Amino acid sequence: MSSDIPEASDVADAADEVDAADAISDEPEANDSAVEEAAKHIPSGGTSPLRVDGLVKRFGGVTAVDGASFEVEQGSLTGLIGPNGAGKSTTFNCITGVHEPTAGSVYFKGEDVTGLEPYQMARKGLVRTFQIARELEEMTVLENLMLAPKGQIGESAIRAVTPGLRGEVIEQEEETRERAWETLDFFEIDHLATEHAGNLSGGQRKLLEMARALMTDPEVVLLDEPLAGVNPTLEEKLLDRIHQLREDGYTFLLVEHDMDVIMNNCEHVIVMHQGSVLAEGTGDEIRNNEQVIEAYLGEDI
Amino acid sequence: MSDASPPSGEGGSPADGSAPESATAALIDAARRSDLGLVLGTLLLVYLAATLLTFTDGLNSVVGLMRTLTFLGLVYALAALALNLQWGYAGLFNIGVAGFMALGVYTMGIVVRSPDPAFGPPGFGLPLPVGIVAGMLMAAVVGLLAALPALRLKADYLAIVTLGISEIIRLFLQSSAFDTFLRDTLGVGTGGGRGMGMPQNPIRELFLVDGQAGTPTALGDLIFGVFGESGLGISNTILIDWAYIAVLAAFVIGFYVLLERLGRSPFGRLLKAIREDELVADSLGKNVDLIKIKVFVIGCALMGLAGILWFGSQGNVSPTPQFMPVLTFYVFIAVIIGGSGSNTGAVLGGIVFATVLFEGPRRIGSSLRDVIDAETPPSFGDALVSLDPTAFLAYATDNIAPLQFVFLGLILVFIMHRRPDGILGDRIETAAAVDLSERPSGGETDE
Repeated sequence: MSSDIPEASDVADAADEVDAADAISDEPEANDSAVEEAAKHIPSGGTSPLRVDGLVKRFGGVTAVDGASFEVEQGSLTGLIGPNGAGKSTTFNCITGVHEPTAGSVYFKGEDVTGLEPYQMARKGLVRTFQIARELEEMTVLENLMLAPKGQIGESAIRAVTPGLRGEVIEQEEETRERAWETLDFFEIDHLATEHAGNLSGGQRKLLEMARALMTDPEVVLLDEPLAGVNPTLEEKLLDRIHQLREDGYTFLLVEHDMDVIMNNCEHVIVMHQGSVLAEGTGDEIRNNEQVIEAYLGEDI
Repeated sequence: MSDASPPSGEGGSPADGSAPESATAALIDAARRSDLGLVLGTLLLVYLAATLLTFTDGLNSVVGLMRTLTFLGLVYALAALALNLQWGYAGLFNIGVAGFMALGVYTMGIVVRSPDPAFGPPGFGLPLPVGIVAGMLMAAVVGLLAALPALRLKADYLAIVTLGISEIIRLFLQSSAFDTFLRDTLGVGTGGGRGMGMPQNPIRELFLVDGQAGTPTALGDLIFGVFGESGLGISNTILIDWAYIAVLAAFVIGFYVLLERLGRSPFGRLLKAIREDELVADSLGKNVDLIKIKVFVIGCALMGLAGILWFGSQGNVSPTPQFMPVLTFYVFIAVIIGGSGSNTGAVLGGIVFATVLFEGPRRIGSSLRDVIDAETPPSFGDALVSLDPTAFLAYATDNIAPLQFVFLGLILVFIMHRRPDGILGDRIETAAAVDLSERPSGGETDE
């Protein structure tokens, strides 16, 4: 089973590259990893991996999302911003299946996935992280990671206990363990592997969350404020990782409050305001958009 | 097991790695490190206490008390293990343990009992193994029916639903109308409030021809000859009970191995994740509802089996008071004492609860009462007013059964305060089928 995480040497190279070429680097990596090869086979262009169409979500009399429509491009790092109460998190929850939308549709790789359960979305290849990191406190970091991979045969109780069938489970566990270690290496939290996740610092938890999400082999990763409460050094590290992974073919949708982070890192920015999409475009376009400035600075906040 | 962290209170024990001072210290040290040693050591302490209490009455009494304590310890261990799978691993708050045990043992009774109504409530007259499997299946099916609606709701609802189901089961079994209904439709009965006689314990037939006292088999002859009235003077009943205890011990080991294997696998990892945060497991592509239902059903089947092994060996079962909700709470206390989430803890908790907290005070109380040479005051007020410590002690030891609950409450408060995780609750139970303690060779470290 090939790892979906680049080799440690690649990681180091890529990290240098990103540092050198500033945050947004469009230069292709010299040596393609297996993931990149795989990513190239994913049909891009015609069907975008994630499309939201006329999404509406009401809680009682409150309309949290009011007809939001946008698209996330294959292999992009798309930013979703908006003032508090703009409906970003609710949109996220509607996409990932935590909430069922009142109206509108969510399409994943062209397929209508509106109203699917979170686990069904994750199995299709859309995984999310949480605004407030939800690590599994009493499990070790390694266990947190090993939980995530899809298709673990040992998740069947019968296979887990029956002599004869358990051998296969152990073999797969060894592979899963190795992959978990590689992922820990990639996020540079391998020294925490045997630590209980509850003992991690806020920033480390964010890294753990992202690492865990990647263990599911996703195609699209939804990051809900991955940088909230993270110190600048770790923030840099996290962003580096996101850029590397994006180059490897992953698609990211990033919710952030910090305008600078979004402007400097996302090639495409979606601005939400009062439940619908106010503006879309590159960082510069958004920066100079009157409506956006008003929404952020005006009396409506 | 090497990952066993030393339990609390290791006052004078030698530090890890250093040579123990004496053979005894070495033994204690080894016992602390191995789970089996812990359990056997606890049992030895219990036996020691039992011997001190009864040695004046002769060997028969000593062995008899040991039998009672071991039996209770093991059956509580079985129930605690089953509950630990649901509550300790997956965080499913099932307070219907008594009901699922009742279902198991009653179903077994009905399937195995003779169809002839002359011997009490009629049954299907099928072999015992069929009855045992049927009992487990019945507990599992009812568990499934309970789990389907309740597990989709929040944890508290499951607790309420299971408690309700447990009481519904008990009241159904108690009801003579239900008994009549079963007799009219299926031709079998529950015996209502009078209860139901249990089928012959096959262990008894190992020693006695057709289970009849006075007609020993060849094995019975041998055992009774050596240990029995003509040998060491232990009564035949106690000897047969010990043979059954060996069977119980085998089942405890079976439960333990099953649960350890379940826990140390991706399945166990899922259970732990569900206990910690369902939404995370869900967001990682895990079908949380399905896993919860699975583990609930497995746990209920094991509770059914525990009920059969426990109450099925007691000659007669009746819904009240045997399957009152208090039984469920006893099993919970056993799991809490041992440390929820740890299988060894569940076994230890079962033994400690049954012997030290449940049976111990009564035995010690009655032994003390025998020693005290004083009249028992007629009421608590009289005992208090007399200002005579002997009279007060006489009153206390005579009323040890109700006092025991005060004692139990105090112990629980103490545990919650001082050691909320139980005896072995601080253990790290690895939730993987492979060793996670260190990086396997081959992987590079870049530090």
